[in-house]
Amino acid sequence: MTDMQPLISAQSVSRSFDVSRSLTDILAGRQPKIHAVSDVSFTLRSGETLGIVGESGCGKTTLGRMLVKLIPPSEGAIEFDGRDLSDMDRPAELAFRRRAQLVFQNPFDALNPHFTILRSLQEPLRNARIPQEEHDDRIAEALRMVHLSAPEHFLKGYAHQLSGGQLQRVVLARALVLRPDFIVADEPVSMLDVSVRAGILNVLREVRDRLGLAAVFISHDLALVRYVCERTLTMYLGTVVEDAPTRALIEAPLHPYTKALIQAVPVPRVDQSHDPLPIHGALPDALNPPSGCRFRDRCPLAEPRCATETPELRDVGADRRVACHLV
Amino acid sequence: MLLNVRNLMIDYKTPRGNVRAVDDVSFEVPAGAVVGVVGESGCGKTTAVRALTRVMPGAARFAGGSIDFEGRDLVTLPEAEMRALLWREIAYVPQSAMNALDPVWRIGHQVEEVLRDRGGMGRRDARARSAELFDMVGLDAKRLRDYPHQFSGGMRQRASIALALALNPKLVIADEPVTALDVVIQRQVLDTFATLQRDLNLSVILVTHDISVVAYICDYVVVMYAGRVAEAGPVADVLSKPTHPYTMGLYNAFPELAGDDRDLSPIEGAPPDLLNPPKGCRFQPRCPFAQAHCGGTPPEVQVGPNHRAYCHRARDAAELRTKARRAETWEGVTAA
Repeated sequence: MTDMQPLISAQSVSRSFDVSRSLTDILAGRQPKIHAVSDVSFTLRSGETLGIVGESGCGKTTLGRMLVKLIPPSEGAIEFDGRDLSDMDRPAELAFRRRAQLVFQNPFDALNPHFTILRSLQEPLRNARIPQEEHDDRIAEALRMVHLSAPEHFLKGYAHQLSGGQLQRVVLARALVLRPDFIVADEPVSMLDVSVRAGILNVLREVRDRLGLAAVFISHDLALVRYVCERTLTMYLGTVVEDAPTRALIEAPLHPYTKALIQAVPVPRVDQSHDPLPIHGALPDALNPPSGCRFRDRCPLAEPRCATETPELRDVGADRRVACHLV
Repeated sequence: MLLNVRNLMIDYKTPRGNVRAVDDVSFEVPAGAVVGVVGESGCGKTTAVRALTRVMPGAARFAGGSIDFEGRDLVTLPEAEMRALLWREIAYVPQSAMNALDPVWRIGHQVEEVLRDRGGMGRRDARARSAELFDMVGLDAKRLRDYPHQFSGGMRQRASIALALALNPKLVIADEPVTALDVVIQRQVLDTFATLQRDLNLSVILVTHDISVVAYICDYVVVMYAGRVAEAGPVADVLSKPTHPYTMGLYNAFPELAGDDRDLSPIEGAPPDLLNPPKGCRFQPRCPFAQAHCGGTPPEVQVGPNHRAYCHRARDAAELRTKARRAETWEGVTAA
């Protein structure tokens, strides 16, 4: 194993879901599909943190779930440490489940309400067959990492007795007890109060710096992503439209959609711009995405060729990619 | 003044005793203004504004104070008059509008129901008005035939705003109207709201935990903590000169797009248990600037015109603001 090898590599990954058929579909022998993720490729090395931003419905959650093997891709392949996720025998799969962890969006239903907090933290260790005598140390280590002080006060308690911030820390600790090499955090702070969010973001940053694991952070808010991730992908309707170091993406966005996302980031200032966003309407119907560039019907710059030619995600400069005819 | 809330107190009866969820809360809503009520989960903001509709959970009771709405006290107003006032003068957009619409009826039916039952309109007028309302909030009138599940989160939020506007109310109370929406949709819904507010000269009370929403759309802000007002005033003044350490904390916990890559400063700990609130200033156990005398009831300090804060150390606010910007100020406060 060398450090130069990517830990995760997604190669032209697509995922579609069948939707229910109408009578005319059945008569015509059609099966309509929603293409949640289309042809996404990227690599991620140990120690790297990748942000995925986009609106609800852009496919970011589906991509995250594929990365931890909760659902298989319809096309393309995801490799973890050189092994294809869809081609693993039982021991390899067990090892993968230990090494890759998902942090859920809503801490209020991520924990079993019938389990004590302690039991919730032991569960992954039992499932991974970690020897019993290691459990207490591992749990203590994970709780320290997420800055949950005075665990004796809540370990015997249940999820409903904890605040949202405490719960999300428990959920993070549960992901960390297995000392994973890779975590996917799907909107880990969107359900939390702003005052509590900051603490969780600080923990994510510390985890990144101290454990050197590979992480994917999924969010719709670029200010949050900026805080945790070195590199960011912008997704729109299942496709990656821009890929750049986060700082460059925010300071000099190339894709018009990234620009709109930046302008939409809320800030606590009175003297902010109230100009309308350079983007109108909502995501188009994923069943019938627009031809050519999928963003064109909301794009302020769209030209005729945007309707006929699909823009490729191409290199611009050393470490940036963008999919737009006008860049 | 359209609405004047004075020394409002609301108790919840719980098996473990009485909880004063709203304690001596006062604020005003001028006609045509947008007032933000901001604070963490459990600070009493929803309880306080729901009281304005008198639609409260069974365990809640008024324990004091008054709610003056154009010369009528909503605390003591007879039930029939209160009922006549809801929808027509005061409308409520509930939290998570996602679930506020009835899933088994077409959305158009739900809008028409309000127009006909509450507004006394005929079927034809109600139908025309529904289309007009959908148009106002930026929805296609054809979608009135849809069921709520066919709408996205942002569309449902717009539909419930349309519903609230059905009978031309003077005051709209919106509880967390953009929470759980992504940033683009949030911005669009806020813009629609702002346009309607201006065009119809609505007064709006907006409840949120997010100080950026307040900054974007509100004229005045009431910052609540543990059932009490911590600070209140014109938004520009409160954000440029936060005087209560809790307001400073809310502000500094906010991640930004620009600027240095500093550590964010979370407000450590959790709000107090209101069955057993701390003596004196309720923020004191989480406050990095607490001193011995904070155990006494905090004084009301007039910071500027209409700008008040309840803090023993309000006079040191300028110095505290500088310190509050540093993440280490907030570290380990509650451990002590």
